Amino acid sequence: MNFWSFVSQNRLEIASLTAEHLWIVSIATLLAIVVGVPLGVLITRKPALRKPVIAIANIIQTIPSLALFGFLLPAPWIGERAGRLAILALMLYSLLPMIRNTYAGIAGVDRAIIEAARAMGLTDWQLLYKVELPLAASVILAGIRIAVVISIGLATIAAAIGAGGLGELIFRGLTMVNNAVILAGAIPAAIMALLADVLIGWLEERFAPPREA
Amino acid sequence: MADSAQAAVQFCDVSYNLAKGREILYRLNLAAFSGEILVLLGRSGSGKTTALKLVNRLREQSSGEVLVDGRSTRTWNLIQLRRHIGYAIQEVGLFPHFTIARNIGLVPELENWAKEKIAARVEELLKLVGLSSDISSRYPHQLSGGQRQRVGVARALAADPPILLMDEPFGALDPLTRSDLQREFLLLQQKLQKIIIFVTHDLHEALLLGSQIALLEDGKLVSCSTPEEFVRSQDPLVRKYVEAFAGTDVRKRGRA
Ligand SMILES: Nc1ncnc2c1ncn2[C@@H]1O[C@H](COP(=O)(O)OP(=O)(O)O)[C@@H](O)[C@H]1O
Ligand SMILES: [Mg+2]
Repeated sequence: MNFWSFVSQNRLEIASLTAEHLWIVSIATLLAIVVGVPLGVLITRKPALRKPVIAIANIIQTIPSLALFGFLLPAPWIGERAGRLAILALMLYSLLPMIRNTYAGIAGVDRAIIEAARAMGLTDWQLLYKVELPLAASVILAGIRIAVVISIGLATIAAAIGAGGLGELIFRGLTMVNNAVILAGAIPAAIMALLADVLIGWLEERFAPPREA
Repeated sequence: MADSAQAAVQFCDVSYNLAKGREILYRLNLAAFSGEILVLLGRSGSGKTTALKLVNRLREQSSGEVLVDGRSTRTWNLIQLRRHIGYAIQEVGLFPHFTIARNIGLVPELENWAKEKIAARVEELLKLVGLSSDISSRYPHQLSGGQRQRVGVARALAADPPILLMDEPFGALDPLTRSDLQREFLLLQQKLQKIIIFVTHDLHEALLLGSQIALLEDGKLVSCSTPEEFVRSQDPLVRKYVEAFAGTDVRKRGRA
């Protein structure tokens, strides 16, 4: 069976696996933003926490993905559903770029701008959402882009624990020793990663602060 | 608002040390009143910027008191204290993601002024600092250095604070633009009658603008006097500073 005939005969399944893949990655990314951006902000405020937080996120990233899925399997509630488990694992992998870029984006804001803002009587909160986050937005988006592209690739491995997604076709193709089936999973995943890269890259540019002359 | 006899910024025996124990300011005593420009003069590293930042509590002194309108800055609500004080710096620090109008109108916006009132105030301030109101929809990077400095001053004046702190606000400008701004600034102060503390290392600027000149050296106050007294002073450190600028006629004051 060649690639095109496999795709045309299984387009519904491929579409639904693609949607599943996208869902897992999107939820994992949203959770990583919700956890990672505040952590990144926190370590700009509490310098003592910076090293430990980054170190932990770093260590998580070095755990091989299959091992991480395995570690999380016994976790209550999470382990019951492969989808939940995959989302948690991808979220954990995404934390590092999220935390690091949020920190770098805020730390990179010109000191004179921060001092001017403080001197004008902005509260900590106003400083954060009116000045620091908008000026760090494009760097934070770069972190999101990196996390999403990595997650789309990693999510294929989550099929090994039955989480679904395009990895299912890849693993099926491997057992069947059928390249057409492998490609039917790999190509949509690659296209998804490419599109995410371009789309978020475009957002990054839109949110880049007007350059100081 | 405090009565005018009280409207003042005073340094009472103020010292500032770094955590490692290094002394940056040593037992400073100074006062500035409405309608005055108190100039802090001194070479770079003498502690001028640090002294200025003690007033709006961007730094906190290690001992002594800074009084604003007769009250220790430590007893002021920090946000209220800062809204009471305008701050303009050499780096300007305009928000690159805000238009000029939004930059100038930010403090009024935070103080919940009505939109029309903010717009009118922005217009008024642009005129006051000699800018055309067409630039209000532009972004800081689209302005020249001189225009940005003017916007910085306008922003500091936005909510009409009685006190203005200025840290070498004209330092980065070419001599011609600088002298224009200095002249306009003097006229502005005659109109506004604020309490102004103005930091510079430039003797000419100090003589032109200051009603009092406080010379700092190594975190210590060397002398505080009127410009006339300053150029005649026999204090060796003052002489040294004045002579460093010799060759250029320091006695010629551009003041009416
Ligand atoms: N946060 C800081 N850490 C280390 N040194 C500092 C700090 N703030 C000020 N200083 C030192 O204090 C001295 C006075 O600085 P500053 O007030 O900026 O002087 P000026 O404005 O007169 O140039 C300088 O020697 C400077 O290096
Ligand atoms: Mg300075």
